Amino acid sequence: MIYAVFAPLIFAVLIPFLSRWKEKVHTGWLILPVPFAIFLYFLLHVGPNFEPHMQSVNWIPSLDISLSFYLDGLSLLFALLISGIGTLVVLYSIYYLNHKEQLGHFYTYLYIFMTAMLGVVLSDNVFALYAFWEFTSISSFLLIGYWHYRERSRYGALKSMLITILGGFSLLAGILLLTIVTGTTSIREMVGQADVIVDSHYFPFILTFLLLGAFTKSAQFPFHIWLPDAMEAPTPVSAYLHSATMVKAGIYLMARFSPIFAGDPNFFFILSLFGIVTLVWGSYMAVRQTDLKGILAYSTISQLGMIMAMLGFGTDVALFAAVFHILNHATFKGSLFMVAGIVDHETGTRDIRKLGGLMTFMPISFTLMIFGTFSMAGVPLPFLNGFYSKEMFFDATLVNSATSPFLEAFVVALPILAVVGSIFTFIYSMYLFFGTFTGKYKEEELPQKPHEAPKMMLLPPFILVLGVITIGLFPEVFNQSLITHAADAVFGAENNQDIYFWHGLVPAFYMSIAVVVLGILLYLTKSKWEGIYSVLPGRLSFNRVYDWLIEMIEKVSNKITTSYMTGSLRFYMVLLLTAIFAITLGVLLKTNGINFEVTDVAPITTQELIVATIMAIAAIATIFVHNRIAVILIVGVVGYGLAILFVFYRAPDLALTQLIVETVTVVLFMLCFYHLPNLKKSTTPLFTKGINIIISVGFGLLLMVIGVSAYNSRAFDSISEYFIENADPLAGGYNMVNVILVDFRGIDTLFEVAVLFGAALAIIAMIKLRRDKGAK
Amino acid sequence: MEIIMTGLASILFGAGIYNLLQKQLLRIVVGTVLVSHGAHLYFLTMAQLKRGAPPLVVDGVTEYTDPLPQALVLTAIVIAFGVTSFLLVLAYRTYTVNETDNMEELRGSDHE
Repeated sequence: MIYAVFAPLIFAVLIPFLSRWKEKVHTGWLILPVPFAIFLYFLLHVGPNFEPHMQSVNWIPSLDISLSFYLDGLSLLFALLISGIGTLVVLYSIYYLNHKEQLGHFYTYLYIFMTAMLGVVLSDNVFALYAFWEFTSISSFLLIGYWHYRERSRYGALKSMLITILGGFSLLAGILLLTIVTGTTSIREMVGQADVIVDSHYFPFILTFLLLGAFTKSAQFPFHIWLPDAMEAPTPVSAYLHSATMVKAGIYLMARFSPIFAGDPNFFFILSLFGIVTLVWGSYMAVRQTDLKGILAYSTISQLGMIMAMLGFGTDVALFAAVFHILNHATFKGSLFMVAGIVDHETGTRDIRKLGGLMTFMPISFTLMIFGTFSMAGVPLPFLNGFYSKEMFFDATLVNSATSPFLEAFVVALPILAVVGSIFTFIYSMYLFFGTFTGKYKEEELPQKPHEAPKMMLLPPFILVLGVITIGLFPEVFNQSLITHAADAVFGAENNQDIYFWHGLVPAFYMSIAVVVLGILLYLTKSKWEGIYSVLPGRLSFNRVYDWLIEMIEKVSNKITTSYMTGSLRFYMVLLLTAIFAITLGVLLKTNGINFEVTDVAPITTQELIVATIMAIAAIATIFVHNRIAVILIVGVVGYGLAILFVFYRAPDLALTQLIVETVTVVLFMLCFYHLPNLKKSTTPLFTKGINIIISVGFGLLLMVIGVSAYNSRAFDSISEYFIENADPLAGGYNMVNVILVDFRGIDTLFEVAVLFGAALAIIAMIKLRRDKGAK
Repeated sequence: MEIIMTGLASILFGAGIYNLLQKQLLRIVVGTVLVSHGAHLYFLTMAQLKRGAPPLVVDGVTEYTDPLPQALVLTAIVIAFGVTSFLLVLAYRTYTVNETDNMEELRGSDHE
């Protein structure tokens, strides 16, 4: 199983080599076998006798992070969708993208996504799940921005990334809290401690964080705004990531954790509320779109809302229907995206106002689209899978028990909202279908003369439509071998439901009929009531909020940055020194580090005092003298003074070195200063001068305090004894300082030499090598 | 004596920092030189002064001055020398290219 997850990633490494021959063989053909093999591997597990199993590899054992892959019914369903639709999408993309595109990039991103998504649905370890989760966001970003030269693509990519990564962080916070509360990183063990989690103080935070993660990923209202913009991605990507798999990661998360949250009534309420609002709003907005993919994007949003709402209901029927609909939605929406891509490919436009009457030109696409749209609309026909799950959804909205008056009102409103959302779903499905394929053919509006797509391009949507029909005709086959297992995993117990076409004259049936009848009526009169969109949403839009936020963030961060990145060296110095000063003094005071009791000091001698006085005067004089030669000589005085002090303090090597270095430095100063202008009398304002003085004096005093305090506090004995004793026996030298430098700490000295060498090279480069030969 | 030396090192630091805060390149270089002098003295002082003989092995002598800080300071002197000479040449080149040694005038433009 671990190989299945990482196979795409491993093959992604080979893609750059394969794409070299893309002129001869489309890269897609070469890598098509990978997802197909994974699909077959997972298909082997399908069957009525499926048993969950686990495989684990240590990753970071010290943090209790492992790559443990747990395959249960839910994971299996998702893994099949990811690899199965992945295979079809790769096949489809071979015809969708021609070999002039950067195929290597495309397939690399796609394979990264495949591994990441498989990792999300199979990981039992929450941190591994989080890592894979973020990888799906990143690969989604890369794929949306695939045509990076388009401004809308970049905008959409950034938007999706910002929103989903925000959710990702929230998810991380949530799982950290979960880990703290339960003391385990395994999801299954967490489910075992469900009551501990629900009773903990952190529970409201855990719930909020995880919900936020799921809602942003699965494009729930009001975070849905990134999904329509994500449609700038190539159509295979839209079909794959933004309808069948990645956007369902949030749903997966909720399904995975629902056994934990089921104990909390708020979970039911929040999830159902957001789900149902997303369902209604998404389908309502979809009717208004003119872009084929725009319709499908809002349609995806609304369908995701529907699944989310069902997870919220939490009853056995609802959870079963949710799982069932995940499968159904992937099949019919995947095929619809692919057909929309074909229409775009063959006519050159996706604007539904320009399309129409394509039935005679593209009969196969037309046929495929019938099944997709009618299944999505929930038309009661026995060979459309969409109807089955929709009817179960209606059924699920009816069986809720309320605990408070407020919830009671909500429960009454649920079926009504469900019907309203489904009516709009019906309308846009019909609009999508009839608007594209029937009506007047507008030849002059189309950039290309339409004709049917190549057969192989029609194959992937055909297979998906075949899935729609098969599930519709033989639902029990899929139920027993796959859906039941997934529903069991979500429900946390045996969850066996029978899927019927004919339920009898139950309320859900009347709801379906109402949807169809009202849907047809409203579709036929669409032009009369379309004005409503100027009232709602009108100018209200979450996109405006997003754009405003982004603009504000850019403005504010720009302001903050320019406020301290002034380009003035002095200003930086002031900031740095003040910060060091404040922090050091703060720590000193806090730890009572200041200590003026001095014992055990060397006696004071006159010679030393004289030298010290001269040095102090010279150092201060550098500030007031404005003659450059004088300044250089004064600095020299300080240096030579230091050398004399070294002699007093029994450091002959230091004194020698200091003498030589000081001499060379003074000569260098002279050489350079000869070319530099004379020092000017300081013209700085008094205020600046004052600050300079305060900082310098303050710093001097601080160092004094630290020095005296440090002198008196020795935490441990010096290690010098070792060097003193071993200089001769171990290193064979009599000068201990030299022995330390070249023997005990030889490598340090080597690096020191390297630094000098680097400085010397840089100096030569600056003096000898000039790019601007003409300049002085 | 150590207290006085710490004081001297602090004066070197103070004067160096004041120079660092000036606008002219030459002053900044002088500032770095003074600060590094201060640091060397500071370091040596912290290890106690004038305890025992110079760190050269002589038969019969048991008390030596601590050789470790000396080794470190020796390294530091050499590195400081490298930095100073680099800065000097940098100042020289900056002046010949830009014809100013005023840091305020050398600030980058606002939109870089």
